[in-house]
Amino acid sequence: MPGFLKEFFNRNGIGMGAAILGLVLFWTIGLIILPQLSMLDFSFRPNLPPPEIGGPKDVYTLENYKYLIYGPEGGSQSYNAVDLRVFFRTLLAAVCVTIFNLILCYPIAYYLGQSKGNHIRIFAIMLIIPYWINEILRAFALRIIFGETGVLNTLFVGLGIWDTPFDFIRNDIALYAGLGYAYILLMIFPMYNVIESLDKNQIEAARDLGAPWWRIHWRVVIPYAKPGISSGCTMVFMLSAGALAAPQILGGPSSLWFTQLIYQQFNDNNDWPQGAAYAIVLLVTCILFVLAMMRLFKVNMGDIGK
Amino acid sequence: MSAGVGVDLENLWIRFGDFVAVRDANVNINGGDFFSFLGPSGCGKTTILRAVSGFLDPSEGKVLIGGKDMRGIGPNKRPTALIFQNLALFPLMKVWENITFSLEISGASAKERRKRADELLDMIALPDQGDKLPSELSGGQRQRVAIARALCAEPDVLLLDEPLSALDLKLRQHMRTELREIQKRVGITFIYITHDQGEALTMSDSIAVMRAGVIDQIADGKTIYNDPNTAFAASFVGENNVFRGKVKQIMGNEALISTNRSGELVARISSANQGKLKAGDDAMMFIRPEAFAIAADGASGDHFVTARVNHEEFEGNVFNIFTEGDGGKEIKVSLPNLGQSFDDHTGQNITLEYETRNAVLVPAGELAAE
Repeated sequence: MPGFLKEFFNRNGIGMGAAILGLVLFWTIGLIILPQLSMLDFSFRPNLPPPEIGGPKDVYTLENYKYLIYGPEGGSQSYNAVDLRVFFRTLLAAVCVTIFNLILCYPIAYYLGQSKGNHIRIFAIMLIIPYWINEILRAFALRIIFGETGVLNTLFVGLGIWDTPFDFIRNDIALYAGLGYAYILLMIFPMYNVIESLDKNQIEAARDLGAPWWRIHWRVVIPYAKPGISSGCTMVFMLSAGALAAPQILGGPSSLWFTQLIYQQFNDNNDWPQGAAYAIVLLVTCILFVLAMMRLFKVNMGDIGK
Repeated sequence: MSAGVGVDLENLWIRFGDFVAVRDANVNINGGDFFSFLGPSGCGKTTILRAVSGFLDPSEGKVLIGGKDMRGIGPNKRPTALIFQNLALFPLMKVWENITFSLEISGASAKERRKRADELLDMIALPDQGDKLPSELSGGQRQRVAIARALCAEPDVLLLDEPLSALDLKLRQHMRTELREIQKRVGITFIYITHDQGEALTMSDSIAVMRAGVIDQIADGKTIYNDPNTAFAASFVGENNVFRGKVKQIMGNEALISTNRSGELVARISSANQGKLKAGDDAMMFIRPEAFAIAADGASGDHFVTARVNHEEFEGNVFNIFTEGDGGKEIKVSLPNLGQSFDDHTGQNITLEYETRNAVLVPAGELAAE
């Protein structure tokens, strides 16, 4: 038995230790790893009617992955331009949402992290409470704000700033706002946690040595907050790339999110293998992208846990 | 080096809401001096330092550096550098980057900075440590890096906020000497904040003793120790035995005091209070533990105190006797260990003798907390 397990059992006793370990293993293996493996398995199989499953036609194939790249066999185009475009646009949009959120949340996290007093608790509560409202309702609330006859358009047209209502939905502004808003907390809190532990004297020392405010952030606060920043960015990126409700409700009619394609495959086309392949491509690409970014910004895996 | 840049505080008041942190401070610090603010925690000494460095605006009065009013000038524009109590080194920067942070701001090239860092590392006796992180250094080394970082900015005035308090005793004593040497070498004004009278006495040209926002006395260490202005200064700086009583008679610069429990005793009136103390005033007389000698039994008079010995202890360099004293408070007597034999007096009455010049009289006032 490895040392850490021995220590774990010594501390908790055999019975309790086995119970805890069993639950953890059930959670990770039973509820996460096995279903994902079965998805992986699906993604390499043809979509067959039930009687043929397990039959001679049920062989491993790369067909579903090829479909994403080349489109239907004998199709008019040599590449699956539609789906690939949606795929890359989703990734790009997720990157944009992440950067937008980072820029928006860093000052908030810095303010919360460096001020003392009761009002910080109140601010935190005010940030958290809106999340009691479910995602769908929040998304529709944004439609009320951004819709053609919504609050913003009524206001600006009424004030005579715009002649005709601006289509926030078609221009994806509502979508970005919705995605950004949905993950604000996931961006603020990891950064807040780190910045809160930053010694105020460091900021004063930099200032005392002559640094202007932007250099204090660049050289002292941001390097210190890097674990929080990367943790927040990773979560926001992963979740926006995988979001479904916000694109469904707030996306323009012409702009599909890749998750919507996956949903269509599973639900409308009833093609689980194809959906699984798409989902796995999205998952793997996101993971590789995040790992590449971590490499680029010299972030350790351990930092993400902060 | 030039004579250095002086710092003046003129009628300085600093208030936080209703709380007065600094009350009408007037201090002239000569350029090139090692000046200490000495006082217990919460006395306002750090507040003064923050006002000099520019992190805090005075409620009233002025801070002048080199004769120039510092109002409206931010901490990043003042010719001061502050060494923080916890040093506040940047943990993610290498030692040499820490030291030359001020040069980085002024846009010096990396090569230039590296060169300057090496010079300063030599000065603080840490050559070839530039590529380490602060966390890889010992406490004393970090201390020296903080000094080098502050000196690299070439300040006219170096401000030090209890920088030695985190070090262990041996290192603290070593750093005192080192700090004093660095100060003499660079020749700039040092303003040092401490609650440790040993640090203040050993390093400073001048000391301001502070109590609850008020400066009680500004003088060199010897004067503060031997000729305190107030009961607080007498009791805070060094160990002291207090005798309470009333002035019975003034005799020039000396006075006869009827003490509450030890009869009539004679004392020298402290310089600042000569001509001010009158017969009938409440007064406090202070005699240091080392100023007593054991007198022959039965000796009596106005410079003898008789007391009952509670307990005794041997400290190495001195032998301490604790007796029940004035107002039930202990009197401590420290006899220097010169190799003589010490009799055990526990439970007995002994007579203590002192010389008049070693008994200092000040008006009755607040004592430093034990």
